[in-house]
Amino acid sequence: MSELTAGTLQSGYASRTLRRLTLLVCASCLLLLSFVVDCATGPGGYSLQTVAQVLADPFVHGARLKVIVWDYRIPVALTAVLVGAMLATAGAQMQTILNNPLAEPFTLGVSAAASFGAALAIVLGISIIPAVGGLLVTLNSFLFALGTCAIILLATRLKGVGSETMILFGIAIFFTFSALLSLMQYMASEDQLARIVFWMMGSLSRASWEKIGLGAALLCLAIPFGLMRTWSMTALRMGEATAESMGVDVARLRIEMLISISLLAATAVSFVGAVGFVGLVGPHIARLLVGEDQRFFLPLSALVGALVLSLTSIISKSITPGVIYPIGIITALIGVPVFISIILTTRREKLS
Amino acid sequence: MTLDIQDLTAGYGRKAILRNISVPAIEPGSFVGVIGPNAAGKSTLFKTIAGLIRPLAGEVRLGDRSLAHLSRRDRARAIAYMPQAYGCNALLTVFESVLLALKQTSGWRVREDNLTQVSATLASLRLSHLADRGISDLSGGQAQMVAVAQTLVRAPRMVLLDEPTSALDLHHQLSILGSIRSQMKARGTIVMAALHDLNLAAKFCDRLVLINQGRILADGRPEEVLGLDAIGETYRVTTTLETTRRGSFFVDATLDHHP
Repeated sequence: MSELTAGTLQSGYASRTLRRLTLLVCASCLLLLSFVVDCATGPGGYSLQTVAQVLADPFVHGARLKVIVWDYRIPVALTAVLVGAMLATAGAQMQTILNNPLAEPFTLGVSAAASFGAALAIVLGISIIPAVGGLLVTLNSFLFALGTCAIILLATRLKGVGSETMILFGIAIFFTFSALLSLMQYMASEDQLARIVFWMMGSLSRASWEKIGLGAALLCLAIPFGLMRTWSMTALRMGEATAESMGVDVARLRIEMLISISLLAATAVSFVGAVGFVGLVGPHIARLLVGEDQRFFLPLSALVGALVLSLTSIISKSITPGVIYPIGIITALIGVPVFISIILTTRREKLS
Repeated sequence: MTLDIQDLTAGYGRKAILRNISVPAIEPGSFVGVIGPNAAGKSTLFKTIAGLIRPLAGEVRLGDRSLAHLSRRDRARAIAYMPQAYGCNALLTVFESVLLALKQTSGWRVREDNLTQVSATLASLRLSHLADRGISDLSGGQAQMVAVAQTLVRAPRMVLLDEPTSALDLHHQLSILGSIRSQMKARGTIVMAALHDLNLAAKFCDRLVLINQGRILADGRPEEVLGLDAIGETYRVTTTLETTRRGSFFVDATLDHHP
């Protein structure tokens, strides 16, 4: 009898694992599809088939189409995928180490700091490291985001700072940089103000192959780095005391993960501006689908985040032909109601 | 391997909570009950043995090795510590949460024998029917039994259980402590458990250690320790040790004076 039960338990676990792997494959396929549709969406009215052929063989329909697809559309579509994956990975890891489902780069003030860094460069031309032209704004926002993460990192090393304190700390950072950003906007000329507002709303049009290379390299390091620590990270979800009793060096794990999170969040935000919500929704949907075994949760969060931003990119180009709406607006306006309906219609305890 | 606790002084920061604790020669397979009032230092003792607190003086030796020289991973492999139960809202099944405890000290990939070990542990504690339930949906008592499973699945040389039965009903108090005792005896694993119920302690322990205010007041066989006046003084009650017709004994306690 107990033999039979043990066999049933194991086959139950095996079938759940298979289901989760299937979900990962499905999410990857959807992402690929969304990417191709994203490349095919835009002025010119080229069919999905034509664009797919150009994706496979750049010069099959002549040089003009090669330039449109490979130099304009793919960088934007790839940036959406990479940034979505980076934000969702950072969000998933932040939520785990801070034990708070609301933690993400936006809520912890990292995006606000990046926006302030960008505004500082736009209005005063002040940069921490000398740089030229368009890079100045990107670099400055990156450094401010990274600096904020470093402050959060230092705060975790202080004695008696728990995960609730960390969130309060993040909110304090958020308000501080929001106030400083308002100050910048107040000081800015009309032209500068427009640039700040445009930067804050988030846009994929700042895509370039260099940024894509950098983002892809970072993700290729961060995801294996996270996957190597999945058992400790899952243990942390059982509570700090339990994780420590299982032999996890919680303090060290927090610091290692925060370094990875900092780089991901700062890079993503400096690439596209302050896009909220993706870092929250990616992990949330992943959690509902596969639970919190981090071996599945982490990659699925990244895939869902990438898919969400890729779909956002499609929508931003499809509402009014010829107009590309800032993605930050789309994620909030369309994403939030979808997100809420998902939360309300999915039962929490559904795990199998 | 025997466990020796030698002149252990430990606490939080520079403040010592345990002072010169010595518990010599704990034999493999023995079940040691740690008793004492609230805030006596029982949890601090367990955390120090588990390595979560660095001792200010003294040492704990397992066989001929001092635990201070073991790496975190080796120590976690040798000693499984179950902290006092806390709720948790993770979206994991009971099966996954027990597997998780096992995977902390054995490679990244889930192997077939890992799954067998988890199923066997759940079956041995009669928890198989909970395997697919979410851990956040468990009752307090069920969560506590799952925490015991997380501790036993690692097949350590020693388990430290901090109040393992505080949320359990009478039936489960007896069945869980009974399973732990027989399994650990069979494996030669040392069990140290903090218990508040002196009668449960009398029933299951081979040896009792009475702690109050960070010091050891008594250490010996249950019938010796529970018969001491120190028990009454420590808990501020009057106790008598009674023997039943079947030969087992129990502690009868009354408050000294009513406020």
